[in-house]
Amino acid sequence: MKSTRWGIAIGHWFDSERLSTEKFAYILMAPAAIVMFGVVVYPFFYNVVISFSNMSLRHFRDWHLIGLKQYEEVFSGRIFYTVFLKTIIWTVVNVFFHVTIGVVLALILNRKLFGKAAIRTLLILPWAIPQVIVALTWRSMFNYEYGAINLFIAHYLRMAPVEWLGKPLEAFSACIITNIWLGFPFMMTIALGGLQSIPQELYEAADIDGASGWQKFWTVTAPLLRPVMIPAITLGIIWTFNNVNIIWLVSNGGEPSDQTHILVSYVYKAAFNLYRYGYAAALSMVIFVILFAFSLVFLKRTRASEVVY
Amino acid sequence: MKEKKGRFRKIIALILYLTVIGFTIIVLYPIINVFSISLRPADRLLSTSLKIIPDGASFHAYKVLFTETPFLLWFWNSVLISLTVTATGVVLASTAGYAFSRFNFYGKKSTMVGLLVTQMFPPTMLLLPMYIMLLKLHLINSYIGVIVIYTSTALPFCVWQMKGYYDTIPFSLEEAARIDGATRWGAFRKVVLPLAAPALVITALFSFMTAWAEYVVAAQVLQDTSLFTLPLGLKQFESSMSTQWGLYAAGSLIVSIPAVALFLFLSRWLISGLTLGSVKG
Repeated sequence: MKSTRWGIAIGHWFDSERLSTEKFAYILMAPAAIVMFGVVVYPFFYNVVISFSNMSLRHFRDWHLIGLKQYEEVFSGRIFYTVFLKTIIWTVVNVFFHVTIGVVLALILNRKLFGKAAIRTLLILPWAIPQVIVALTWRSMFNYEYGAINLFIAHYLRMAPVEWLGKPLEAFSACIITNIWLGFPFMMTIALGGLQSIPQELYEAADIDGASGWQKFWTVTAPLLRPVMIPAITLGIIWTFNNVNIIWLVSNGGEPSDQTHILVSYVYKAAFNLYRYGYAAALSMVIFVILFAFSLVFLKRTRASEVVY
Repeated sequence: MKEKKGRFRKIIALILYLTVIGFTIIVLYPIINVFSISLRPADRLLSTSLKIIPDGASFHAYKVLFTETPFLLWFWNSVLISLTVTATGVVLASTAGYAFSRFNFYGKKSTMVGLLVTQMFPPTMLLLPMYIMLLKLHLINSYIGVIVIYTSTALPFCVWQMKGYYDTIPFSLEEAARIDGATRWGAFRKVVLPLAAPALVITALFSFMTAWAEYVVAAQVLQDTSLFTLPLGLKQFESSMSTQWGLYAAGSLIVSIPAVALFLFLSRWLISGLTLGSVKG
């Protein structure tokens, strides 16, 4: 392969214009390529090596390869399956609410509305505020005694305060609520862009045919919104699946007793709190393969069904 | 009949309006809550009142933040790291994006796809090996470590986004410059690069924001309080909520304001870049 490339290069030796074009391209690429090699490619393969080794804090310098043992450990423990299940719940619930809330708000904002521009800007704010701050702020709002949410519940709903951060289910819900809050503006913005690109004539034609608002939504809006939303949903799923920030900071590293972890926060803990480097590297690989396979299947499926339309 | 339909429509419009207003309140409340905590006097931090402007409101927390805590130092650390990441990102993405947009070379397509695939890496996938590399190189507790990691996170998106913008600039401009005797580099530097200014701005702002409020990486690499960036500092305030809640609130507002301003300014381009990139990909 390589030798033929050289052959072509030598063949073009006299065609200096062409050769220097390629050379120029490589020179332009070089800085980024060197950096990407150092910070992406090399670490990636290093991670592969670590995942086949027994590296940990105890075996930090004297590590050696142990084959597939770490992968075996990942798949043999029950914890992987429960955390994986929680990750799926986390992703599905979050993305469902992001899309539903986002599309509903976009549909409303696409009509004539007083103060539309201002409302739109305000509704984007959760996306604009740094995630760390969103997470820490919600954590303080979930505080049992002094947090705004329990004060609200006690004051207006006259119900018993909820122990948000002390119990597994409540803490997990707290993380989900926080993440729904910060995630819907992205879907809203994308949906709004999609709605604005739908030609008005289609609605007029539907009006002539005597379609009701409901029918217009399902026959005009929904099919035309779909191609815009599918890539956004794919991105949303990957981002949500991979979001360490919210779980880690709202539940303070998986509290109570590691019951609120999703896969990425669990790896983060295994790597940096438990120093199980080999195990964490193997689990990272597994997560990557899951996400990669998902993206391929999801994109292929949705693209295939687009052709059917 | 017609009147009934008109009234029905009005009710629907009212419901829709109330939905939007409801969500706006949900969005604004946490922000107002933080603002209100930042104004609380030190002896009434842990109050159970839901008033927006607390009794005895003062800017005391802001004053303490700047005079008695290392907040300014952390601020400076964050600025320094973010600016370095920005400069590196702009230089690397503007040249690499140009090569991807204009030239055909060996491995071009697979590299572009490879850049997209990195977006599917779980955060620990590169963080763990890089962390171990930094440990071995004795670069833990140094800015170089975080700067390198942040650059690697921001770069794939920036390269894609620069390439997309160069694609919209007609090739004939460079050809004309070349005929006028400009070198390849000259045609790029003096003709194309100035035209790509909007994309450069986006790349710069995106790189800046990647670094500005990052927590997960910084928490592992920077362990010395004097090297802390803003998110680490804020987390420290938040951990001792009973005594430093006001400091946390004031600090988080100050950190958010530039980020939010940049974001709102950026959002239009960022979104079109995102949708364009993903539709194409």
